[in-house]
Amino acid sequence: MSTDLSMFVRRDGPLAQMIIAVEGVNCAGCIRKIENGLKQVPGIVDARVNFSNRRLAVQWRTGEIEAGDVMHALEEIGYRGHPFETANAEAEESRHAKWLLRCLAVAGFAAMNIMLLSVSVWSGNAADITQETRDFFHWLSALIALPAAAYAGQPFFQSAWRAVRVRQVNMDVPISLGVILAIGLSLVETANHAQHAYFDSAVMLLFFLLCGRYFDHAMRQRTRAVAGNLAALKAEMAHRFDGSELVLVPAAALRPGDRVLVRPGDRVPADGVVIGGTSDIDESLVTGETARRSIGAGATVYAGSVNFSGTLTLKVTAAGDATLIDEIERLLEKAVVAKSRYVRLADRAARLYAPVVHTAAALTAAGWLLAGASLHDSIVIAISVLIITCPCALALAIPAVQVVASGALFRAGLIVNSGDAIERMAECDLVIFDKTGTLTLPESRVRNRADVPGELLECAARLALSSRHPLAAAVAREAVQKRPFDGAVEEPGRGVRAMVEGVEARLGSPEFSGLSTSKIATPDCSATSIIAFRHGDRHAVFAVSQMLRPDAAAAVRELKALGLELAILSGDRAGAVAPVADALGIARWRAGLKPADKIALIEEMAVQGWRVLMVGDGINDAPSLAAAHASVSPISAAHITQAQADAVFLGERLRPVVEVVTIARRARRLMRGNLLLAALYNAIAVPIAVAGLVTPLIAAAAMSGSSILVTLNALRAGPSVPARREPSTVAADLSGASA
Amino acid sequence: MNILIYLVPIALALGLTGLFAFLWSLRAGQYDDLDGAAVRALLDDDLES
Repeated sequence: MSTDLSMFVRRDGPLAQMIIAVEGVNCAGCIRKIENGLKQVPGIVDARVNFSNRRLAVQWRTGEIEAGDVMHALEEIGYRGHPFETANAEAEESRHAKWLLRCLAVAGFAAMNIMLLSVSVWSGNAADITQETRDFFHWLSALIALPAAAYAGQPFFQSAWRAVRVRQVNMDVPISLGVILAIGLSLVETANHAQHAYFDSAVMLLFFLLCGRYFDHAMRQRTRAVAGNLAALKAEMAHRFDGSELVLVPAAALRPGDRVLVRPGDRVPADGVVIGGTSDIDESLVTGETARRSIGAGATVYAGSVNFSGTLTLKVTAAGDATLIDEIERLLEKAVVAKSRYVRLADRAARLYAPVVHTAAALTAAGWLLAGASLHDSIVIAISVLIITCPCALALAIPAVQVVASGALFRAGLIVNSGDAIERMAECDLVIFDKTGTLTLPESRVRNRADVPGELLECAARLALSSRHPLAAAVAREAVQKRPFDGAVEEPGRGVRAMVEGVEARLGSPEFSGLSTSKIATPDCSATSIIAFRHGDRHAVFAVSQMLRPDAAAAVRELKALGLELAILSGDRAGAVAPVADALGIARWRAGLKPADKIALIEEMAVQGWRVLMVGDGINDAPSLAAAHASVSPISAAHITQAQADAVFLGERLRPVVEVVTIARRARRLMRGNLLLAALYNAIAVPIAVAGLVTPLIAAAAMSGSSILVTLNALRAGPSVPARREPSTVAADLSGASA
Repeated sequence: MNILIYLVPIALALGLTGLFAFLWSLRAGQYDDLDGAAVRALLDDDLES
């Protein structure tokens, strides 16, 4: 069967290029092995590994080899790769990061050069500088500062203009005003041969703030790259009919009207209608329901469901044709609009800060006028108030903490999606869990492994490696040695068999394994399935069902200790939810909820004053995640759901949810502490400025001092225990999660 | 203070050179793979084996 990867290939004349996210690149040796290995393949022109984001760019001559051959060659070298399609959002981010870096470079160059001139003027003022030299230096500063500020200030001017146009105030409004007034005042003063000019303050302010912006952005970009690789790793392939021939294509390349084949054990790659075959499907990722649904021709199935027993042929339908997804998208739209009303801590501070400072400046001017000073002197002093209160510390207070906190969260196995997520997560006091795939593991596990002798379990597990059936996959997960038996044969729909140590071993339905059904105790719950194993005269029966995440109970205890209320809202039946709620000691729970019910309940809680942190993974949870105050989802969650979550956690432990709350709360404490520091600084600096005692030297010292103080304080948002996890460990978790 | 006539343009030119060198290296993609640059130093591809 051929593989069609053309959607990932970019053609450029006789050359074609593809980006591949590669697993397991950990050292220089891997880079050499991959690059040299691929370059030896005839037809490949260039191969270059980007070690920072674990991606490989391959260029080859079209006609000589195809994309599939490149993937194959990579596999032969010993690396698993996943074709990668750069998401528009990521490309946009990287352009923006480069732009910020260019602004930062310009501001840095200008700040250094102006400071060189300023220090000369300051020391000259104390000694014997002539007025001509001073004016010359001031004009020179102006020559550097004007174009530099016009270029490097763009991020702030644009953002401020956007805010002002809709009659809002954000942090960039006072920043822009401060910079423009400082430069304007300095120009006038220079023309008047005055002693003081503030060109250095204005440009240095831009430099410090751009540092904060850039680091904030770079952190987010790094986590986004990991998230992008994950998406590539999770990308499903689909068997599409081209005429009567089957072609393996990425699920993203499917179009409405395509016919696809879904084998037992496969995930349904796209929403569609069954046109052939019957089967049982597990829709737990879609609805949270753990009991399987029998379907036949004409039934609607949703992407993300797992096909259990029979082979199905589907006709892919457009997103709007599927009623469930339709409803979810409608709910989503509503929820997202409601959430955009949240005002960030920084903007709240700006709304308070801007009027106070601007009034103070106006009062200063009026006061000096009344006291008999000249109009010129009064305005100069008023503007110096604006410059000294220039919100450098205030504007750095929050991004600095965000950078350190998202770094700490990343090391704890969490990828943060949105910038203001951290403060929202810190405010939550009620955690609502979805059950299926969130409190429980995303895939089924063997429940009674303790009752089966070790070597029998290992034998069954290694045999299960040769089967694609979801129940067998649960048994295969128990294998210590991931080495399948030679000559294992799978009989679709029945089981798998192989000769082990000269005796036949069979794993599958009880009949297939030759066990009479009377020997088997009926499972206690309808969501438990059984799979039987026989090796010679020894046999075992495995009960396979959804199981709690290994540390769920401990995580729930810790969350309670943090003073959080807990609740479960599930789409599953009450009979399946009650035991979970019981085992975890969560008193509030509701079962059998539709997406709209979940949203209604969350909104009700919000009206009662709760700040909800929603943790969920199903497609049915997507609107609730968007409606909640903050949200987290496991990496196994459906695409549409992950896109709504503020953070995504890796691995099979629930512990990151605890980590989110502790790190976010510590970060918020530090943000507030930083805002307080900035306010304190202003409390000291403003009276000096109002009294008319500020010189450019004092302004420069005060600005750098307060910025450094705030940044140092922010560093405390990092991990209290220096348990450093390299991105490669995170990547290992990922492959573990996907295996 | 006539020395300033030489020194100031020299200082500015040096600064601008630095700035343009940085912008050029940014455009050339030298900051796209910072971790890679660190480990690639350990490869001895340049040696004849």
